[in-house]
Amino acid sequence: MVSVQTDNPVIDLNNLVKQYGEYTAVNGLSLRIYPGEIFGLLGPNGAGKTTTILMMLGLTEPTAGSVKVCGIDSTRHPLQVKRKVGYMPDDVGFYEDRTALDNLVYTARLNRIPLDEAQKRARELLQRVGLAEAANKRVGTFSRGMRQRLGLADVLIKKPEVIILDEPTLGIDPEGVRELLALIRDLSRTEGLTVLLSSHHLHQVQQICDRVGLFVRGKLIAVGDIDTLSRQLDGAPMHRVEIDVAPASAAESLKTALRELDGVSDIALKDSDQLSVGADNQAFVTLVVSSDNDLTPQIAETVIRQGSQLFGLRPHRYGLDDIYHRYFEGGEARGRVG
Amino acid sequence: MGVLAEKMRTILGSLRRSASGEAAQPQRTTSPFWIIVQKEFGDHIRSWRFIILLSIVSLACFGSIYTSVTAIRSGAILNSDINTEFLFLSMFTISDGNLPSFLTFLSFLAPLIGIALGFDAVNAERNKGTLSRVMSQPVHRDNFLNAKFVAGLLVIAMVVFALGFLVMGMGLYTIGYPPTPEQFGRVLLVLIITVVYVGLWLNLSMLFSVRFKQAATSALAGIAVWIFFLVFYSMIVNLISNATLPADSSASAIISHSNIMQLISRISPAQLFQEAATTLLLPDVRTLNPFITQEQAYLALSAPLSFGQSTLLVWPQIVALLAETAIIFALSYVTFMRQEIRSRS
Repeated sequence: MVSVQTDNPVIDLNNLVKQYGEYTAVNGLSLRIYPGEIFGLLGPNGAGKTTTILMMLGLTEPTAGSVKVCGIDSTRHPLQVKRKVGYMPDDVGFYEDRTALDNLVYTARLNRIPLDEAQKRARELLQRVGLAEAANKRVGTFSRGMRQRLGLADVLIKKPEVIILDEPTLGIDPEGVRELLALIRDLSRTEGLTVLLSSHHLHQVQQICDRVGLFVRGKLIAVGDIDTLSRQLDGAPMHRVEIDVAPASAAESLKTALRELDGVSDIALKDSDQLSVGADNQAFVTLVVSSDNDLTPQIAETVIRQGSQLFGLRPHRYGLDDIYHRYFEGGEARGRVG
Repeated sequence: MGVLAEKMRTILGSLRRSASGEAAQPQRTTSPFWIIVQKEFGDHIRSWRFIILLSIVSLACFGSIYTSVTAIRSGAILNSDINTEFLFLSMFTISDGNLPSFLTFLSFLAPLIGIALGFDAVNAERNKGTLSRVMSQPVHRDNFLNAKFVAGLLVIAMVVFALGFLVMGMGLYTIGYPPTPEQFGRVLLVLIITVVYVGLWLNLSMLFSVRFKQAATSALAGIAVWIFFLVFYSMIVNLISNATLPADSSASAIISHSNIMQLISRISPAQLFQEAATTLLLPDVRTLNPFITQEQAYLALSAPLSFGQSTLLVWPQIVALLAETAIIFALSYVTFMRQEIRSRS
């Protein structure tokens, strides 16, 4: 875990509002991101993530509120901000008929880096993102994953203090995503970069983010690390274990036995899976045990002591997915949050 | 040229620094503006469309020069009433009837170069997602548009001057009749006006490329305007002229009507260019007033105008061309500055 300095935010958004005519894309957003952090901005499509990012870069003007990046007002001095911030748009585009090296050198020179220095840095970065052998290939021939890695190199060539990645994992295969995220994490840790990444892919973001912010309909509805977020879900148990037991007839007695365990808050019978029932007549039942603390070993012991057969035991931790669902799905949850 | 470019660079640089109020960079590096110009220039030169256009335009021009030169050599010119003193200049304006003259070709095809270089300047970058990437670099937004325009204009200037000088050299070689410095100056000025004229079309197509999201739409819009001014505009002016013909046939009424019609027809950049270039290349043209026919002008006094006087005669046309260019540029500038830059939208 990185140490977080609470006094000096790199990105400081204060009551930010962006309206397009009647439509409010971003509504009263306040957010602080601290040096060295990897922050994930999560939200469904159209939540206003990209608009927020554009305002941070001074590419669009906020209707109200202020944006400060590295202590500089993005709206008034976009150029100084752009010198310090690397931005990778979603679906990043390159000049297709130029080589990867040319594209990087062009970006570098737009940042007033002299030609020889630019070429040196470009080669180093291509090496770093694993595109060294494709340096002189036209970008038109690149795969999606290669483009995304080139995008990362493109962002880094100006030696930024902050990098903002908009949907960096969109459209890449799982292995590519893993590599890219590992690269981002590595960069953040070794170079002390502050990273802001937006995504709607929860699992991926979960793996590398120090903190996440949930962003829905222009509002930031929750901020914190994943533990904090799951605690913010009122009534949500901390731990949940799914157990497959047989015979089915013993389920009721097992339930009573389990209920006697200290800390168990709820036991439910899960609807049997259509597929597994069809596959064999084994017909075990699945129980979901919710508890305040981790009771996995005790649960297993109880099942065995009761003389039932244990087919499966799956500890279930609350992930971003559940949090996401709790926040976004169903009018009731949204009403509560709003 | 190099000195001029260097000078412009320093002036632009100092302007920009004073505008944004930032201190001079410790080490002198090329400003992003010239980096974009360089890249765009390279892109234009390498692109297929440029090569294709260049070959069409050069073929047309060399063809027309060839016919005019053969016409001159066969002696047809001696029978006509063209002043033999300006044999060199007449190379650009006469034809043997098989092919239009150099000037006609140039005024017809040159806009196409401008349109072809500009129609996808902004929207292609937007669609490819490179616009938002470039805009997230420390580059002023206007630099992007200006650099695109300057790069296009440089390409155009290069093409026009290369063609002009090649044609001059070829003429010199075949007819063996050297131009006076004054005539050389006339040709040079015509080439400069041509660059301005093509620049106007470049600007117009860039305006469309800012306005329309699809490159195809903006190309079609550019070509539509081109055809409109080259083919239909004079017809429409004629129609209006016929419809508004004054009932009384007094001289003053007819003259004022004709003046208004001439003013309307001079909205067309093609008309402005044609008038300016013709006047400069034909020193015998003494006036652009329609009430003296060319024959009358020739017969009046066989005293051709000097270079300075010809320039004076077409000065309004030149200024009008520049003004139209400036207006169109301002329009595209305002449109572009107001647009939000998102990736691929």
